[in-house]
Amino acid sequence: MRPFAYHRPADPAEAVALVAADPAASFLGGGTNLVDHLKLGVTRPGTLVDVTGLGLDTVEQTDASLRIGTNVRNSDLAAHPALRAGWPAVSRALLAGASGQIRNQATTGGNLLQRTRCVYFQDVTTPCNKRESGSGCSAIGGYGRYNAVLGASGQCVATHPSDLAVALAALDAVVVVLGPDGERRIPATELHRLPEEHPEHDTTLRHGELITAVELPSSPLAARSTYQKARDRASYAFALVSAAVGLDLDEDGTVRDVRIAWGGVAHKPWRATRAEDALRGEQPTEDAVRAAVDIELTGANTDDQSAYKLPMVRATTTYAVHRLLEGSR
Amino acid sequence: MSVQLSVDGRRVDVNVDPRTTLLDLLRERLDVIAPKKGCDHGQCGSCTVLLDGRRHLTCLALAVAQDGAEIVTAEGLAGGPDGEHDLHAMQRAFLEHDGYQCGYCTPGQICSAVGMLAELADGHPSHVSPDLTAAPKATDEEIRERMSGNLCRCGAYVGILAAIRQSAQASA
Repeated sequence: MRPFAYHRPADPAEAVALVAADPAASFLGGGTNLVDHLKLGVTRPGTLVDVTGLGLDTVEQTDASLRIGTNVRNSDLAAHPALRAGWPAVSRALLAGASGQIRNQATTGGNLLQRTRCVYFQDVTTPCNKRESGSGCSAIGGYGRYNAVLGASGQCVATHPSDLAVALAALDAVVVVLGPDGERRIPATELHRLPEEHPEHDTTLRHGELITAVELPSSPLAARSTYQKARDRASYAFALVSAAVGLDLDEDGTVRDVRIAWGGVAHKPWRATRAEDALRGEQPTEDAVRAAVDIELTGANTDDQSAYKLPMVRATTTYAVHRLLEGSR
Repeated sequence: MSVQLSVDGRRVDVNVDPRTTLLDLLRERLDVIAPKKGCDHGQCGSCTVLLDGRRHLTCLALAVAQDGAEIVTAEGLAGGPDGEHDLHAMQRAFLEHDGYQCGYCTPGQICSAVGMLAELADGHPSHVSPDLTAAPKATDEEIRERMSGNLCRCGAYVGILAAIRQSAQASA
């Protein structure tokens, strides 16, 4: 591990100033991803600014929303009674991720800023444009089972690993960020970005910007939502694909409004707005959901190794809707 | 950098390089060898301890970031000097049910199981809980899911599950 300086400020503005002033500085949260990357040499920061001493670790409920401090641990958030009742997809997404120990350590902001588990990104002996800009992409034409099928570029086919981020993208969450110039609010769907020519940037955050909170708006959709994840083993594995779905039905059972976001398919949580548009005003039958999913998947790009993801997205989304219609969340 | 910890009831004040993981501090500097280095990447759970009462991986934690923490390892779970009667109820259950073969993952399994049952008692749901808002029960399915962060390469899972099931019933 390369040497680094360590700071643990008590004030958010001081933490932001420390990182903003130093291009080689990184924020440290629970450490469950970053400490591993320090060992692997995936990242080599000169300074770590530990943000876990900043407070920002409470969940506050108002009539209109839930405000989650960035340092709320994944396990505490998943178990929060207000979240379980009002935003079950978020609780389900957290519980579908990592292990009991890691959920006790990982923070809300840190979960969103975890890096891809693309095998080449984590293997410093191989070229990877995300790890080392301009070095090439080993996943294109390499081991491709985990590759993106939507929105990839010639530079990068990595997928974003967070389950939480998928549920947040579906339920219109807002990410609150503190930077050197003050606070700004980013829709969760715009926090992560597609790789295009710069896969080294996972998010739209500027260097030194710190996630301080996540806000979840209350809605009938959010209260009737769930998260469905497909993976290689029953527990403690990243998503092959996943779907967060929120559903609001009219009295006659037609879809008044719907939210769909997918994980495991792209460099960012993929909000399936074209599928949502196709379902509004329709009865949410299995055929209708499949047809809506297929509209969204029109632009998908697959190869022999990743083609399985398309039927899996169809099945996962359909099953999530089925569970919501059954009354489970 | 200076770090103060409580480790199995003992006050510790040490100077560490910021790169030192909590696991390496415990094992290499403090001779607390109950937590084991299995994968060293957070995938196996053999380094699990209770940190401020919650199960925690020590391989993915920098020691400098844990200043002030109270750490209990599998060794500290036992009440006093070595001897069967001083063992924690979970340790006795692992003995009774053969919850191990080589024993390398066992200290992590035991700390994880103790922390897991506390989470259950606090009403934390899991991925397999059918109703997110109901109080979860210590079914076999729940125990398996909640222990998925602890691997046993000997495959002693049947005994591990039986030991935890017994402890859950005893504490219910």
